[in-house]
Amino acid sequence: MNLLAQVKTLIYKDVVLEWRSKYAINSILLYVVSTVFVCYQSFKSVDTIVWNTLFWIILLFAAINAMSRSFVQETGHRHLYYYSIVSPKAIILAKIIYNSVLMVLLSTTAFIIYNLIFKSQAENLGIYCLAIFLGSISFATVFTMVAAISAKAGNNSTIMAILSFPVIIPLLIVLIKLSQNAVNGSSIGDNWADIAVLLAINIVTIAISLLLFPYLWRD
Amino acid sequence: MRKRWWKILAVVMVASTIIGGLLGPVPVLPILNETIRNVYFHVPMWFTMMVLYLISLIYSIKYLNSGKREYDFMAVEAVNTGIIFCACGLMTGMLWANITWGTPWTNDPQLNGAAIATLMYLAYLVLRNALEEEQKRAKISAIYNIFAFPIMIVLIYILPKMNDSLHPGSGGNSTFGDLDMDNYMRPVFYTAVIGWILIGCWIASLRYRIRLIEDKRNSF
Repeated sequence: MNLLAQVKTLIYKDVVLEWRSKYAINSILLYVVSTVFVCYQSFKSVDTIVWNTLFWIILLFAAINAMSRSFVQETGHRHLYYYSIVSPKAIILAKIIYNSVLMVLLSTTAFIIYNLIFKSQAENLGIYCLAIFLGSISFATVFTMVAAISAKAGNNSTIMAILSFPVIIPLLIVLIKLSQNAVNGSSIGDNWADIAVLLAINIVTIAISLLLFPYLWRD
Repeated sequence: MRKRWWKILAVVMVASTIIGGLLGPVPVLPILNETIRNVYFHVPMWFTMMVLYLISLIYSIKYLNSGKREYDFMAVEAVNTGIIFCACGLMTGMLWANITWGTPWTNDPQLNGAAIATLMYLAYLVLRNALEEEQKRAKISAIYNIFAFPIMIVLIYILPKMNDSLHPGSGGNSTFGDLDMDNYMRPVFYTAVIGWILIGCWIASLRYRIRLIEDKRNSF
C-alpha cells in the first residue's frame, strides 16, 4: 500500500471506531453545550469582546479534551500492530486529518449552539466562519502532535495542558484577532496577513510533525 | 591557553562594555534620557538567550540522529542557561519600562510573547522531570524542543511585528539601531552582544561538564 491508501484506511478505521462507540463526539458535544449554558447563566449578556473571547476559550478546552484521547483510546499492542504494517508518517497524517474533521464538526456545532443562546454579534459572518475553520484545523494539527508526545509521557492530563498551552497561545492570539476583526465587520482584504500567518504555522506544524513522529513512536 | 582565549575575551568584552557603557557619552533624547545605557545590557540578554536556544535545538536534532546522551545533556544545559538569560532580559526590560513607559509590565505583544516563550521552555523542563526512563526522557524532550522552536520564533519575532506595540523594533516602530544610537554607542553595543553571547556559551559549557562528571559518578 502506498502512503495515500494507508492514510485512507487509517482514517476509515478511526471513523468506524468512533461511530461504534460515539463516545468522544457525544461527550464533547455535551461538554460544549453545558459550558455554553453555564457561561450564559453567569454572564447573562456580553459585549462583543467578551462574546468573541469566550467562544474561543470554550473551543480551546473542548479541543484539548477531544484531542488528548487521540493516542490512548487504543491499547499499546494494537499500536505495535499498526506500526508493523503501515508507515509512521501515515499514522500521524491520518490522525491529523481525522482530528481536523472532528474539530471542524465540533466547532461548527459549538458555534451554532453558542449563537442560539448568546445573540450573534459577528458583523461579517463569512470571515468569522473562516476563522473558525482555520482555528479548528490549527487546534487539530498542534494538539495531535502534543497528544502523541504526552501519550508517550504516561498521558498525564497535566502534562498535556502544560505542553500544549504555550504552543497554542500564538495561534489563539492570531485567531482571536482575526475573529475580532470579523465581529467589527472588516472585509477579507484587511485580514490577509493574519490568514497567511495561520496557514504558515499550520504548514510548518504539519511538516515538523511528519518529520518527528517516526522518532517518537519507536520505543 | 589555546582553548581559554575566548573566555578571557568574553570577560574583557563584558567588563569594557560595563565601563564604557556606564561612563561613555550618550545622545540626549527625550523620555529615554540616561536609560538608553540599558540597551547595552537588555538587548544582549535576549540575543544570548536566542543563541542558547538555537544551540539546544541543534543538539536536540543531533541527539535524535545519533542517540548519544552527551548531546542530550548539552541540549538541556543550553535551555537551563537560556532561561537564566531570559529572566535577566525580563528584569532589565521591566526596569527600563518602569522608567520610560511608567509601568514595569504592559499588555504588549512583545512582552507577552517573551513571557509565553519562557513558559514553553519551562514546560520542556517539566516534561523532562515527568519521564523516569533516561533514554525515553532524552528522546521525547528532544522532540518537544524541536516542535516548540518554530512556534517560539513566531511568538517573539513575527507576531509583535504585526500588532501595535510600544516596544522598539515591533509594531512598525524602528529599532534602536536605526534612530537613537550614535557612532559611539554602536561599537560598545556590538561588543556587549558578542561578550554576553560568549559568557552564555561559557556558562552552558561549564554546566554541561558538571553534568558529565555527575553522570560518571552516578554510573559507578
